[in-house]
Amino acid sequence: MSMSSSGAVDKRVNDFAIKIATVNGTGSASANTLLMKSIFRSGIPVMGKNYFPSNIQGLPTWYEIRVTKDGYVARSGRVDIMVAMNAETYAKDVKEVTPGGFLIYDSTWPRPALLKREDITVLGVPLARLCNENFNGVRTRILMKNICYAGVLAALLDLDLELIRKLLAETYAKKPQLVDSNMKAIQLGHDFARQNFPCPLPLHVQRMDKTAGHILIDGNTAAALGCVFAGATVAAWYPITPSTSVMDAYKGFCDRTRVDPQTGKKNFAFIQAEDELAAIGMVIGAMWNGARAFTATSGPGISLMNEFLGLAYYAEVPAVIFDIQRVGPSTGMPTRTQQCDVMECAYASHGDTRHVCLYPANPEECFYMAVQAFDLAERLQTPVFVLSDLDIGMNDWMCRDLKWDDNYRPDRGKVLDKEAVEKLEKFYRYLDKDGDGIGYRTFPGVTPKGAYFTRGSGHTQYGTYTEDSVEYQILLDRLLKKWDTAKKLVPRAVIDATAGSDIGIVSIGSCEGAIHEAMDILKTHDVAVDYMRVRSFPFSEDVERFLATHKLVFVVEQNRDAQFRALLTLETAVEKAKLRSLLHYNGLPISSTFIVDGVLAEIRPRDLARRKDAAAG
Amino acid sequence: MTYITKPKVAHPSLPRNELGFTRRDYEGALSTLCAGCGHDSITAAITEACWDLSLEPQNVVKLSGIGCSSKTTAYFVSGGHGFNSVHGRMPSIAMGANAANRALHYIGVSGDGDTLSIGLGQFCHAIRRNVNMLYIIENNGVYGLTKGQFSASADIGTKAKKGETNFQPPIDPVLLAMTLGASFVARSFSGDKRQLVPLIQAGLRHKGFALIDVLSPCVTFNDHEGSTKSYAYTREHYEPAVHADFVPLEREIVADYKEGETLPVVMHDGSRIVLRKLEQGYDPTNRIAAAVQIQERMKAGEYLTGLLYVEESESEFHDINATPDEPLNSLPYEALSPGSKGLEKILGRYR
Repeated sequence: MSMSSSGAVDKRVNDFAIKIATVNGTGSASANTLLMKSIFRSGIPVMGKNYFPSNIQGLPTWYEIRVTKDGYVARSGRVDIMVAMNAETYAKDVKEVTPGGFLIYDSTWPRPALLKREDITVLGVPLARLCNENFNGVRTRILMKNICYAGVLAALLDLDLELIRKLLAETYAKKPQLVDSNMKAIQLGHDFARQNFPCPLPLHVQRMDKTAGHILIDGNTAAALGCVFAGATVAAWYPITPSTSVMDAYKGFCDRTRVDPQTGKKNFAFIQAEDELAAIGMVIGAMWNGARAFTATSGPGISLMNEFLGLAYYAEVPAVIFDIQRVGPSTGMPTRTQQCDVMECAYASHGDTRHVCLYPANPEECFYMAVQAFDLAERLQTPVFVLSDLDIGMNDWMCRDLKWDDNYRPDRGKVLDKEAVEKLEKFYRYLDKDGDGIGYRTFPGVTPKGAYFTRGSGHTQYGTYTEDSVEYQILLDRLLKKWDTAKKLVPRAVIDATAGSDIGIVSIGSCEGAIHEAMDILKTHDVAVDYMRVRSFPFSEDVERFLATHKLVFVVEQNRDAQFRALLTLETAVEKAKLRSLLHYNGLPISSTFIVDGVLAEIRPRDLARRKDAAAG
Repeated sequence: MTYITKPKVAHPSLPRNELGFTRRDYEGALSTLCAGCGHDSITAAITEACWDLSLEPQNVVKLSGIGCSSKTTAYFVSGGHGFNSVHGRMPSIAMGANAANRALHYIGVSGDGDTLSIGLGQFCHAIRRNVNMLYIIENNGVYGLTKGQFSASADIGTKAKKGETNFQPPIDPVLLAMTLGASFVARSFSGDKRQLVPLIQAGLRHKGFALIDVLSPCVTFNDHEGSTKSYAYTREHYEPAVHADFVPLEREIVADYKEGETLPVVMHDGSRIVLRKLEQGYDPTNRIAAAVQIQERMKAGEYLTGLLYVEESESEFHDINATPDEPLNSLPYEALSPGSKGLEKILGRYR
């Protein structure tokens, strides 16, 4: 090996993390996707996280690939191989390498001073020189430099070159000349590594069979697919990172599956609104009029939608809103992840309002919960939020194959057709006939007998305007009854009580992967915990039970103010003192080590104290 | 407001339309606006227009925001659904509703505050999208429900009830709509039913966004000396420039028009609007020239009224979106889901 050498290196097959530091706008995404997919196609579970700037070109960007034979889906917190392609961030990137790890950098411009670390192995590859000698044109050379590092990694990690060629052929099916030039760059990097370094490294891949029946997909794509399968026909939105790709994907799927090949007519309406206020207005208008409609946004958009959300709650109009959470407050860090809209969505708008929220943990759940959201919204006649986040939404996750039951039919809830209305003596929109807090609705254009007036001002159960205290309260109380009905319909929590411990972890959404891994690691420390992942608000009964039966509960979430913990204390009978927050809010996805450290920091001193007491006693 | 239900008693001698309905069948709840409010006259004109066009009441969708004007959607066509939404946001509700079902008649009623202040953005973008709807502004230059503040349509120099003078220039919805590419732009006066009813009919049949700005004096807060939106001032300063008679497809043109005076405009469904020019040299089919003339007369303190601009060739939202004729809300689920086989095919790209 060239330059410094750290000596002994662990041999870790299919279990290591690579981080690639590049400049955004240089085409590194194709190289990273190529690496991810070739590992995935080799049958090895893999995780990819993209840390990108809110910028189009020129700022630092990182991509993390974790090769994980055990199928973990979160960050490990380690960097075993760093590909440092960005001179501006060299210093920071070098520091991040885990002792015993490797650093690959572009040695066209040697940087011995910057790269001094005794405990890592530095591998210099003259990427720029190789590309300048072999390709023409500035743009091509920059792009190929990135493909070239993929070739270097292919040699070091022992990736199958044929597989890479096949992937390139699929990607560039319509531009076959690109397959050859990309493959040439791969080969350049690959050959250089082979000639100059002992390949493969002790950290490398070995074919497995653990990705069959799985896909690599991001949550926004999966959510969009769910909307297509739910039968949504009206999509309205205002562009905002990180939610925009929900809409792009929805349009893409619809263009492929919802356009009549003969007439070119589209079985969907796709409306780019002037702002988020208009976007949610359009969704409400469309669902009021009998179409399934949705919008996708992020925290700032939810802030703008607040007034309309109160209207939809009070006038009982269904709506489906995807909130792909990003770092707040204000503009915050738009391309970084957080779970910081938990409170905002739960109680959005002025007055007494509460909203149904679903908390998917991964793209797979984004797909199923998208469908569920429409069914719940129409059954409950109320807005339903799907709270995803940037980590789930924009990163590729390895998920089980999505399945579809062809017997599914949308649950439109209590909608009266012409015949049903004609049978009634009189139609009253807000009357609770069934005792579940849900009235019957009608759509415009069906029969004059079913016509009613929808309003956000005070109204009676008969649908008329009111300023009468009693009438007002009857309706408001009925909405609470509906809230109780919702508790029975929303997805239940996922509970793992196999440890039988009196210590529990409670969490929501994308913390899931890190928690699973943390629990495995904690076992090696002789700490066994139970785990409950809450999947919806309102909380189902099982949430209350889990909280009651555990003495110490760690609430893991990704925001500063412990919003989910606050919601638990507000909406359940849990004793506040036994909830311990583990709060991760730096904008990066939570890692398993963060949770392990947090749990041990709390439990170890207790154990020690207990042992001391026991010894003294 | 609408807690008083009007008794539905129809005298047998009341005239009936093609569907066998009387005018009473197109009425709504009893108005709770001030006696003499211009808005009630507009309500009456809408009722008359819908009856005369023989619209199926359930096919009329009434949408509004917040304010006195927005209450009026409860006062006509009780057989149609109504949606009194939030302040200034009716256009987005209309867009969504229209996207879901293109087959209905959408009537949006708004005010000058609702449209020109809080809702200016949504108003503009509804025009840009050419949502197929009739948009009526009941324009009185004042905030009534909050007791007399100036609105964005108040003229420079006009006086409030308590004597304050307005110094900010008004936003004129007619000129704004013409600039934004609206294909049907009209102005009228709540006190001129003869002008207003055919305008509403033509607006309802127009393909795309139809705007009627109706000067509608507020008897309580803006009908005093010194106000430029009072009944007296409006009667004195409004100038019919183009009279529009609406002739549905199924009817013959019976009125006696002198040759050279009239200009028939054929609408997408074959109905016609017969335009009669009352103002020298005014051409309601020339967007730029018309806008110039409107502004010149405005400078002289006069409002030109009538169908000020019309064009029948534009494609509305659904044409641009290429939605099928069948409303999206009634497409069968089978036409929307790719099914398990479709899903399997899609997932191939993610392996």
